[in-house]
Amino acid sequence: MVWAALGLIAATLARFAIADAASRMMIGTALAVAAFAIVALFLAMVGFARGEGWFARLATPTLFGLLLLWLWEMLVIGFAVPFVLLPPPSAIARAFGTHLGLLAQDFAQTYLHAVIAGYALGCGTGFLVALAIDRSPFLKRGLLPMGNLISAMPIVGIAPIMVMWFGFEWPSKAAVVVVMTFFPMLVNTTAGLAEVGAIERDLMQSYAARYGATLVKLRLPAALPHIFTALKLNSTLALIGAVVAEFFGTPILGMGFRISTEAAKMNLDLVWATITVAALAGSLSFGALAVLERAVTFWHPSFRGSS
Amino acid sequence: MTEVALLQPVMRDDLVIPEAVVSARDVSLVFDAGGQRVTALAGVDLSIAAGDFVSLIGPSGCGKTTLLRAIADLEHPTSGVLLVNGMTPAEARKRRAYGYVFQAPALYPWRNVARNVMLPLEIMGLPRAERQARAARYLGLVGLGDFARKFPWQLSGGMQQRVSIARALAFEPKLLLMDEPFGALDEITRDGLNLHLHELWRRTGMTAVFVTHSIPEAVFLSTRIMVMSARPGRVVEIIENDLPATRDLDLRETPAFLAVAHRVREALRAGHSYD
Amino acid sequence: MRGGRLSSTREGAILPLIAVILALIAVWYVGAVALNAPQAREQLAEGAGLRDLAAATWSMTRPVLPAPHQIAVELAQSLFTHPVTSPRSLVYHAWVTVSASLAGLGFAFVLGLLLAIGIVHVRLLDRSLMPWVIASQTVPVLAIAPMVVVVLGNLGITGLLPKAAIAGYLAFFPITVGMVKGLRAPDPLQRDLMRTYDARPLQVFSLLRFPASLGFLFPSLRIAVTLALVGAIVAELPTGAQAGLGARLLAGSYYGQTVQIWAALFMAAAMSMLGLAAVSLIETLAARRRGGRL
Repeated sequence: MVWAALGLIAATLARFAIADAASRMMIGTALAVAAFAIVALFLAMVGFARGEGWFARLATPTLFGLLLLWLWEMLVIGFAVPFVLLPPPSAIARAFGTHLGLLAQDFAQTYLHAVIAGYALGCGTGFLVALAIDRSPFLKRGLLPMGNLISAMPIVGIAPIMVMWFGFEWPSKAAVVVVMTFFPMLVNTTAGLAEVGAIERDLMQSYAARYGATLVKLRLPAALPHIFTALKLNSTLALIGAVVAEFFGTPILGMGFRISTEAAKMNLDLVWATITVAALAGSLSFGALAVLERAVTFWHPSFRGSS
Repeated sequence: MTEVALLQPVMRDDLVIPEAVVSARDVSLVFDAGGQRVTALAGVDLSIAAGDFVSLIGPSGCGKTTLLRAIADLEHPTSGVLLVNGMTPAEARKRRAYGYVFQAPALYPWRNVARNVMLPLEIMGLPRAERQARAARYLGLVGLGDFARKFPWQLSGGMQQRVSIARALAFEPKLLLMDEPFGALDEITRDGLNLHLHELWRRTGMTAVFVTHSIPEAVFLSTRIMVMSARPGRVVEIIENDLPATRDLDLRETPAFLAVAHRVREALRAGHSYD
Repeated sequence: MRGGRLSSTREGAILPLIAVILALIAVWYVGAVALNAPQAREQLAEGAGLRDLAAATWSMTRPVLPAPHQIAVELAQSLFTHPVTSPRSLVYHAWVTVSASLAGLGFAFVLGLLLAIGIVHVRLLDRSLMPWVIASQTVPVLAIAPMVVVVLGNLGITGLLPKAAIAGYLAFFPITVGMVKGLRAPDPLQRDLMRTYDARPLQVFSLLRFPASLGFLFPSLRIAVTLALVGAIVAELPTGAQAGLGARLLAGSYYGQTVQIWAALFMAAAMSMLGLAAVSLIETLAARRRGGRL
C-alpha cells in the first residue's frame, strides 16, 4: 500500500520532470524519480498479487494498467515520438475533452442506433427461429451445422452489400449486426434447449406436461446460461460489425467513420479517443450483461460457489 | 497451498524410533481456510514398522487423508515431528521413498495404460528397455497384462485403479501409501481388489499405509488398524489384528474376523462420543 | 465425448443440410427476382412475361442481388481463367490475404503460448495481466486496424506486415486465454502425483500441463483462424490496398460490381473453411496418437 502510494507520487513527479527536462537539463533527476516510481509500483504489485480478497485482486491489474499508461506517456515524451505515430495518453485525454460533443454524436450514431437496433433484431430473430425449429429435428440437423459454419465466417465482409441495399445511413450497419448476431444466438439457444437431462424431462412427462409447459417451466430456464453466452458474445460482435461496416461508407458520422477518416488525416489523438469510447462501450455492455446473467442464472454451478 | 514452516525435528532418542518406516510424535496440522482455522490433526502419535499393513480408519473429516498426505509431504504439519525412513517427509519424497495411490485413479488420459505406468520411470530417468520391462511386469502383477495398449477411458473404474496401483509399484518403492483407493467402486469389484491387494502385499513384503472408511476392508487387509476420531483428528486406538497372515474372502464370515471388526466398531463409537 | 457427439451429428446431418442449402438457393433465386425486378423492368419491353423478367433479373451485369449461378461463373472465371500470379485471379488476392493471416497466426501462437506459460507460472503476471487479456476480448479491437495500418505506413512499413500485425493481435487473445485454461486443466490429484515423483518443473510442463492443454488449444485456434482472416481483410480497407480479398470487396463496392463482391465474399468464406479444416486435420492427427481423444 505504501509502495503503491509512493510509486504513484513518484510517477506523477517524473511526468512533470520529464516535461521540463529538455529546457532545464533535469534529465538525471527525471530518470532517477522515474526509476524509483517503477521499482515502487513493481513492489506494490508484487505485494498485492500475494494478497487475497477483492481489493488486492482489483489493485494489481489497476496498478499494472496505470503503469503501462504512464510508461507510454513517459516514453512518448521522453523520446519525443512524433505525434503522428503515437500521441501520449495525456493528449488523448485532452482530445477526449475537446471533442466530447463529436464523440457523443458518433456514439449515438453507431452504438445507440446501429448496434442496439441490430443487436435486438439479430438476437431476437435468432432466439425465435431457434424456438420455431425446436420441434423439427430435421431442420435442426440441417440448420445447426450451417449456423456453426456461418458463425465461423468473416461475416463483416457483407458490409459493402448491406451498404448497397440499405444505403449509407445506420440501417445498413444494423443489417450487418443482425447477420452477425443471428447465428450465434440460433446455435446457442438450440444447444441450450437440448441441455435438459433425461431425468428432468421424464419428470415433466410423468406430470403429462404439455410441450409449452415443459418449454417455459423447464427447458427455457435450463437454456438461459447458453442464451447468455450468445448475448455476451454478440455484444462484442455487434460493436465490431457496426464499426467495421462504417469503414465501407457512411454519412459523415459514426465511430468507424471517425476512426478511418481521422487516421487518414493523422489526427491520432481523436482516433485514440474514439477507440477509448468503443472500448468503454464494449466492456460496459459486456459487464452489464454479465451482471444480469449473474442475477438471472444465480442457480447455475458456475456462480453458486462464489458468493 | 498454505506455506507453513515445518518445525525442525528434535533429534531426541525418546522421540524417534529408528527402525520405524513412518513415525509421528505429537503431529498437529491446522489449515487456514479463508481466515478460519481448522484443526485437521491434533497430537497424532504413531509408528509403523517395516512390513506392516496399517489401516487408518475413521469418519469423514477425521483427518486420515490429511495424515497420509502429510506423510507424503503433500501437506505440512504445523507442529510435531514426522519422519519417513528417519528423514523428513520432504527428503523422503525427493528420494522417491513411497508410491502413492489416490482416491481417483488420476491417470493421464492422453497416455495409454503402459505409458501411464511408465510415467514415474520416465521422470526418474530409467532407460527405455527397463521402463518397458517394468510396465509389463507390474501390469501383469495387477492382472492387466493384456490391456497395455488400451487408453484409461476404455477401462472400468476398478481396472483404472489397478493401473494406478501398478504405476505406484513400478518404481519399486518400499512404502505404499493408499488413500481410499477403492472408495468409489462397487462392493463386488472392491472385494476382488481387496483380495488382489492382499496378495500383492504378501508377495512384495512392502510396508503399506491404507486409508479407508470401510471396517471389513480395514480388518481384511491390515496387520494393525489405527482408529481415528473427528474434529480434531487424533488416533484414539490402535488395534493389533491377529488374524492369520494368509487370508481369503471366506475369512470375513469367521468369528475371529467379526470379533476384530467389532472392536474397530466399538473404538469408532468411542471416538465419536469422545467429541 | 466431444468427438463422439460431433461425428454423430455429422452423420445424421448430411441430408437435412443438403435440404437447407437447396432451400436457401431457391430463396436466393426468388429474392434475386424480387430485388432486381425494378431495375430489370426498365430494360424490358412493355408486356414482357414473368419468364422474361426472371431471365433478366438473373443475368444483369450489376444486379442488386446476383443469382447464385452468376457468382459461380464469376468465381470460376476469376479462379481458373487467369494465371494465379495475375492480379485478375482471385487465387492471387486470396493468397495475399491468407499469407498475412498465416503470418499473424504464427506470431499470435508463439506469443500467446509464451504469455500463457508466464501467466500460469508467475502469480504477478496472472494477477496483473490476465484481467486485461480477458477484458480486451470484450473490446472491439478491430477498430484499431485503420490506425495501425496508417501509422505503420508512415514508418514506411506496408504490405504484409501491418496486416499480419492486426491479424496476429486479434488472434492472440483467444489463444492466450485458451492456453491459460488448458495449462491449468490438470486436476489437483494429477499435479500431486507429479509432486510425489519429485518431478522438475520442466517435466511437469512437458508431461502434464502441455499435453492436458491440447484439448483447449484447438477450439481457441479455430476462433483465432477466423479472427486472423477477418483482421487481414479489414486491414486492407483503409489504405485502399490494391491486392487482397478486402481490396476486392472495397473495389467492388466503389464500382457497384456486386458479382465481384459476392465472389470475393465466397472466396473469403472458403478460405475460412479451409483454415478450420486444417485445424481439424491437425486435431485429428494429434488425437489419433492418443487413441482418438484429446
